[in-house]
Amino acid sequence: MKLTLGPVLFNWPTLAWSDFYARIADEAPVDRVVVGEVVCSKRSPFRLEAAGAVVERLERGGKEVVIAALALPTLRREIAEIVAAAEGVHPMEIGDVTALAAVAGQPHVIGPMFNVYNEATLSELAALGAMTVCLPPELPMSSVSVLGKAQASPELEVFAFGRAPLAVAARCYHARAHGLMKDACRYVCENDLDGLEVETLDGQPFLAVNGVQTLASGVTVLSGEVADLRAANVARLRLSPQTCDMVAVAQSFRDLIDGRIDAAGQLARIAALQPPGKIVNGYLHARPGSSHIPAAS
Amino acid sequence: MELVCPAGTPSALRTAVDIGADAVYCGFQDETNARNFPGLNFSPVELREGVSYAHSRGTKVLVAINTFARAGGTRLWQQAVEEAVRAGADAIILADIGVLGWACRTFPEQRLHLSVQAAATTPAAIRFYVERYGIKRVVLPRVLTVDEIAKLIAAIPCEAEVFAFGGLCVMTEGRCQLSSYATGESPNMNGVCSPAEHVEYRQEGGELAARLGGFTIDRYPEGQPAAYPTLCKGRFKVHDKALHIFEEPASLDTLLLLPALSKAGVTALKIEGRQRGKAYLTATVKAFREALNALEASAEPVVHDLGRFTEGGRGTTGAYRKTWR
Amino acid sequence: MADFDTAPTLFAGHRRGHLPPSVARAIGVLPRLPLELAAYVMMRRILAQNPRLIARLGAHASKRFAIDPLDCPFVFLIEPSADQPRLRVLDSIEPGQWDARIAGAMIVLAGLLEGTYDGDALFFSRDLTIEGDTAAVVALRNAIEDSDLDPGQLSGLPNRLAPLVSTSVHTLARQLRSLLGAPAGAAPSGTDLR
Repeated sequence: MKLTLGPVLFNWPTLAWSDFYARIADEAPVDRVVVGEVVCSKRSPFRLEAAGAVVERLERGGKEVVIAALALPTLRREIAEIVAAAEGVHPMEIGDVTALAAVAGQPHVIGPMFNVYNEATLSELAALGAMTVCLPPELPMSSVSVLGKAQASPELEVFAFGRAPLAVAARCYHARAHGLMKDACRYVCENDLDGLEVETLDGQPFLAVNGVQTLASGVTVLSGEVADLRAANVARLRLSPQTCDMVAVAQSFRDLIDGRIDAAGQLARIAALQPPGKIVNGYLHARPGSSHIPAAS
Repeated sequence: MELVCPAGTPSALRTAVDIGADAVYCGFQDETNARNFPGLNFSPVELREGVSYAHSRGTKVLVAINTFARAGGTRLWQQAVEEAVRAGADAIILADIGVLGWACRTFPEQRLHLSVQAAATTPAAIRFYVERYGIKRVVLPRVLTVDEIAKLIAAIPCEAEVFAFGGLCVMTEGRCQLSSYATGESPNMNGVCSPAEHVEYRQEGGELAARLGGFTIDRYPEGQPAAYPTLCKGRFKVHDKALHIFEEPASLDTLLLLPALSKAGVTALKIEGRQRGKAYLTATVKAFREALNALEASAEPVVHDLGRFTEGGRGTTGAYRKTWR
Repeated sequence: MADFDTAPTLFAGHRRGHLPPSVARAIGVLPRLPLELAAYVMMRRILAQNPRLIARLGAHASKRFAIDPLDCPFVFLIEPSADQPRLRVLDSIEPGQWDARIAGAMIVLAGLLEGTYDGDALFFSRDLTIEGDTAAVVALRNAIEDSDLDPGQLSGLPNRLAPLVSTSVHTLARQLRSLLGAPAGAAPSGTDLR
């Protein structure tokens, strides 16, 4: 089983962003790294200069690099950027049909925000050149198992660590929370490196807002489930960057997959890294995504 | 512009047909459609009866099969398509590329529409669906401004349908898993959002607390308008301040935008609300029928106040105006 | 806001749509048995004339619904169930006795039944309160929406008199709604405007 480091979903300062990838390149036992801005095109210009060096550094560290496309491109400029990136040397990870149209016919990766729920969709995507499909976070194990057995299947990836992306919108909630317009947002999202906490009126943590994206407040951590996923032909686990030590997160998953630690040990190691929210795993168990189902022992 | 009206039940279908719908849309009583609510929707027999009633009065029937097929259970979605074809549906509204691929290969003559749940917002995406699956019409997500809609329509080789009135998704349709995060059930998988089975209203110290899957979605003081606890319309705490972080309870109302939508090249206007009652249906269909008739005759539009049918008693033009973002 | 703050009131403290206390007191002394019988006959007629209603309710048909006219000193407890529908009129009711409770002014509840009102709209404006099994309430609402509950048909009078009864009931109800300051209903469905 391989590990994929998903794109940084949050608006990290460019310097912190480059430093993060430098450390990943040198230390993290991940096989593939997805780099690029998924949430808001207004953030990209700052990173563009640093991106070349980051990609080069990652490749020098032996990582396979995939370039992420915007999840909800609407502006002409945003679409043109995707079309241009599709012509580059790196495969792209796409999050919607606009980007799919740009990469159709060449090898590409389907990201977790693309709707893949069944084997018929999987075979449509295979025909278009998908090499890996990261399944939507809400998919239950019963579906993952069926997809793992499907014919002509691209390799499957499952969201295994991080705040799961739940929704995307035209409206920027970060700007809205600060009483600003989207077009004059002052980049307020850069203050919340793991997303802006959204609690219920009773003070219960619930969701996290990241610009136009809404994520779970709970942090998905798959652990006891990993053995079942492997048995179901899942080829990759996706780790989604949060501010906690992602090298250590990746190491714990690598050790679990390689049998150096057991599920309980891995879970304890991740809990000690203080991820930004409560640990959850409900989706794979066909329960609410916000729930945590303890491993049967 | 064609007026497309919701039919949650056979009785609603007859009502909409009788008061002037150009087309009605409906779905089956299972998770193949995005309004899979208790007591709602059509059996295959009811659909056949509904189609013949509608056709005898010159009204079209569009059948929504707009959820994403369950792995290992795709046959249910295929059967729904077969039933709709057999019933004589004028179009089938689909979202899942797996179902689209099967439907266009199996029934090449059947007219297919692309559901809003597919969230196709760009010329490239829409062209992809037209070229690959032969869709004849796209239902546009409620995230575009009127200006953007006009530009989009000029660049696509199919008809465009837009939402004119009713419940407003704040998130891009078909790309939201908030409901399953709280309840385990979602629009894409189960055809429900914030399902009633997981809703609890409780009177707590002079306030009505509305919860979904145990999460408090809002609290309403005595005498204040209430709302159904749809996740994205809830009031939450951000930086210790209570606010509608996603959207205030409100319903889309475009009565005043009709001339602009018509000019933008919109083919059809859709009224949301298969889950709403006949009183809602009657009032909204009448208002839009009259407004469209006036528009066609270049007459003064009749102004209807549909305020009492909106959530939170509030109408909004939503994303159709850019300031909404 | 449509008419939330501007509804006319009969007297200070009057909740819109509610019967005046004097009327409520007068209703309160009525014997329960004839009321229960009349309501039961009406329910049987509704079920007989709308055979699909129970099918639409599905598993919710066996739920216990408390229909609580807040301005009247009694509560209806209904179990629609296909084989043995039950209806009782009780002076009061405890939470353990029902699966779902629907409460509002009598004229509002009646208007909901014959399709004058949109249930969602009434709920949003707080003219209607629901508690308990929300899915059962939604199923009941949708099942009733699909049924044609015409006062004339339900009166049990000969068919030629039915339209007359319906018109009179609708007129009476409209006047009563206006008198009690109840929320306005939808206009009756009119002619084809195409």
